[in-house]
Amino acid sequence: MSAVANAVTEVGPSVLDVDRVRADFPILTRKVHGKPLIYLDNGASAQKPQAVIDATRHCWEHAYANVHRGLHTLSGEATDAFEAARNTVARHINADSAEEVVFTKGATEAINLVAASWAANHLGPGDAILISEMEHHANIVPWQLLCERTGIELRVVPVTDAGELTLDAVAERLDGRVRLVAVTHTSNVLGTVTPAKAIARLAHDRGALVLFDGSQAAVHGAVDVQDLDADFYTFTGHKLYGPTGIGVLYGRRALLDDMPPYQGGGEMIHEVRFEGSTFAAPPHRFEAGTPPIVEAIGLAAAIDYVNAIGFDAIAAHEADLLAYATERLAGIDGLTIHGQAETKAAIVSFTLAGAHASDIGTLVDRRGVAIRTGHHCAQPLMRRLGVEGTARASFALYNTRSEIDVLVDALERARRILV
Amino acid sequence: MTAALAQPLVDDRSSIADAQSDLIEEFDLFDDWDDRYEYLISLGRKLPEFPEDWKTEANRHYGCQSQVWLVHHWNGDRLRLSATSDALIVSGLIACLLRVYDGRTADEILSAPPAFIAEIGFDRHLSGNRGTGLQTMVDAIFKRAREGRPQP
Repeated sequence: MSAVANAVTEVGPSVLDVDRVRADFPILTRKVHGKPLIYLDNGASAQKPQAVIDATRHCWEHAYANVHRGLHTLSGEATDAFEAARNTVARHINADSAEEVVFTKGATEAINLVAASWAANHLGPGDAILISEMEHHANIVPWQLLCERTGIELRVVPVTDAGELTLDAVAERLDGRVRLVAVTHTSNVLGTVTPAKAIARLAHDRGALVLFDGSQAAVHGAVDVQDLDADFYTFTGHKLYGPTGIGVLYGRRALLDDMPPYQGGGEMIHEVRFEGSTFAAPPHRFEAGTPPIVEAIGLAAAIDYVNAIGFDAIAAHEADLLAYATERLAGIDGLTIHGQAETKAAIVSFTLAGAHASDIGTLVDRRGVAIRTGHHCAQPLMRRLGVEGTARASFALYNTRSEIDVLVDALERARRILV
Repeated sequence: MTAALAQPLVDDRSSIADAQSDLIEEFDLFDDWDDRYEYLISLGRKLPEFPEDWKTEANRHYGCQSQVWLVHHWNGDRLRLSATSDALIVSGLIACLLRVYDGRTADEILSAPPAFIAEIGFDRHLSGNRGTGLQTMVDAIFKRAREGRPQP
């Protein structure tokens, strides 16, 4: 089991002081339709602590310039802060070095980068890429586009009725032609935490590399790319309490070294001549143009923030919320929870018999409760579940049991009106 | 398909302007938006039945959150509309749109934008105008009015 899985499942005594945590998030004091905001759409994007707001503001106000270019003081300070942010990310995911951390605009771009640079240049007809049935569109469509262009086969591992990805199902499809297994580390719809470490071992034994989409996993637990033995690991900043427009691609150094540029432009070059150019070493080779400087610095502030609280405390708090929400929601007549994996992050998808998810979402919003409704950018999984869409409550470190009580009351009311 | 479509056309129907003011007045009777939502949902429940075999891909309008099916035909110079959704709040909005635009001439429709939406406050209070696809439905109705009756 991965670090994430362990952290999410082991319910220990919570040392997280949720009132203090809530005071760190200015937006949580606002009202929606006259009611206190209850923000349960963290799986889509999380709110920002003051530390992140301050760090980005400080940068704009005191230390902003373009990076890696000027000799002047501000450029030097901005470059130092930007590269320090890379170091923070590298330490946070236990990368071997900061050179293995490529800044992207999000997880979507990180996956597209691997598809365009690594897969397009190393795979061809006769090879296959394996994804799962519960991937986010961001971990489906880039591979689809690549496969249509190159003749690589795209293979899909089904999930169980409980929403689990079993090692047997993965192993069955690793026939030597599969060169990359690209699967989620935690499902954005079902909350399932996949056995990433075991999948990596299995894939490596059968000659395939692994990419984990960690956009949800990185929020709910500590990620250790070396312990997982990941070849590529991607996540986004805005779900991890950081800014939008910043994401991370971790790539094993030897793989990145061997990959051609993804986009051309400034920053990524060694020398440019009209006869041909040479390119910078990783990670800058993959960061053409002015990078998201302030956003990277904001992401580092977010990482420092969660680490100051500690993922053990966060995971224990969220495990308690998950258990409580599961129990309370199961008590609502006609409600079905989708995703009953043994190892789950604090994400609960559900449907209510006779009620459309969008009507539910609109009515609970009237009570100040923000949940997500629809297909969650996972239409193939919706088909597998046999539903048009679901409602989803996804929890963060600042949520409370009493907020879940309000959600349940709002859902009971919606059920009375709709069913 | 024609025979089953929508309600019978009444000659002395009120104008589009009257239909819009009626809706505005009805929604104004409620003190708060919780009640207005419930009323909208009740209108949605009362939408005339929409035959299952009309729910074709060609009649479907994609919303981000819910599905809408819209069918039209011309009865003389009048545009007849029939529509439904799998979501109740959207069905309620459809009911409002049909009260305003069903059975009107193209000229009537094109000279009367749906002012009731902003008057009632649907645009501000429905979480996600985009989510409900309200604007998409209005656009679809106006597109049909602009295209006009097929020439014999």
